[in-house]
Amino acid sequence: MQKVFGDYIEDFPPELDSLEIIFTPTSHSIRKRWSNNRLSAQFVADYCSTFLPVDDDDPDGTRRIKESKGAITYIANELLENAMKFNDRDSNFKVKFGIYFIEDIELENGSVTAVLFVTNGVNPDGVDKFQAFLTELLASDPEELYVTQVEKSMEEEHSEASGLGFLTMINDYSAKLGWKFQNLSTEPQIYTVTTMVQVRV
Amino acid sequence: MTIEEIKDNDYTVQYDSESSTVNFVGLLSLGGTKEYAPIADLLNKIAAAQPDQMTLNLRKLEFLNSSGISMLSKFVLGLRKKKSIQLVVLGSNEVPWQGKSLKNLQKFLPSLKLEIE
Repeated sequence: MQKVFGDYIEDFPPELDSLEIIFTPTSHSIRKRWSNNRLSAQFVADYCSTFLPVDDDDPDGTRRIKESKGAITYIANELLENAMKFNDRDSNFKVKFGIYFIEDIELENGSVTAVLFVTNGVNPDGVDKFQAFLTELLASDPEELYVTQVEKSMEEEHSEASGLGFLTMINDYSAKLGWKFQNLSTEPQIYTVTTMVQVRV
Repeated sequence: MTIEEIKDNDYTVQYDSESSTVNFVGLLSLGGTKEYAPIADLLNKIAAAQPDQMTLNLRKLEFLNSSGISMLSKFVLGLRKKKSIQLVVLGSNEVPWQGKSLKNLQKFLPSLKLEIE
């Protein structure tokens, strides 16, 4: 069984520039390794900046690289934070992160779309709730939903405003988001979700 | 003058009572509402004293995750009820996340003065 929400790319041509990293489940507490999310995201952004079609003579080039690295670091960090937070410990599933680069040859300014994704195990009991939230998110005006979610989280002290990571990617970085759920086995029930973000860099 | 400080390896949040300014420096990517509580509590404590003006200086904050943006959004939204406080947010165009996300804070509090340079 599989189910797709939003904008999702199934297959990439093998010749694209890409990077994939696998994180194994670990006995260390999530708290102890939390800063690894940002460190990994910064590494990915640095690594990828070499693929940007920027001229050395272009005075705007340095700025573009800085902006692109900022966008990739922010989004990669959000994806990794979510994956580490929600990865179902019981499934022993490894978190897989990847980034692909698609150059848009039709546009003159050397426009590149970075496609970032992360796959993690999800608790079978949480799948319906997550999918209902995604349906709401995709049908909403994301600017309005951002305000609603923050207001909602004010009502209860210490509650998390859900989906703000996704909403900031959509609102602030003009990113397109998609999700694919897969049921890998029924006995025991193992579900995975892949979250995919497409952003112009 | 009192200085209050919350810091870790990657960041410093420092309150200078004389100028009613909170300076954020470094990289902030804490795990969620609970982890951001000490910073949120500091901001709320300052606002509770009803200063005429309160400044959040973010110019040297190079990274902030969505949980941090959420913490700031909640604080700013809470100031709607404290109309006597003029909130000033200092940002920088040299820091990519600020150019993208700081303008959102004004949605929660239209009187907010956003100074990006």
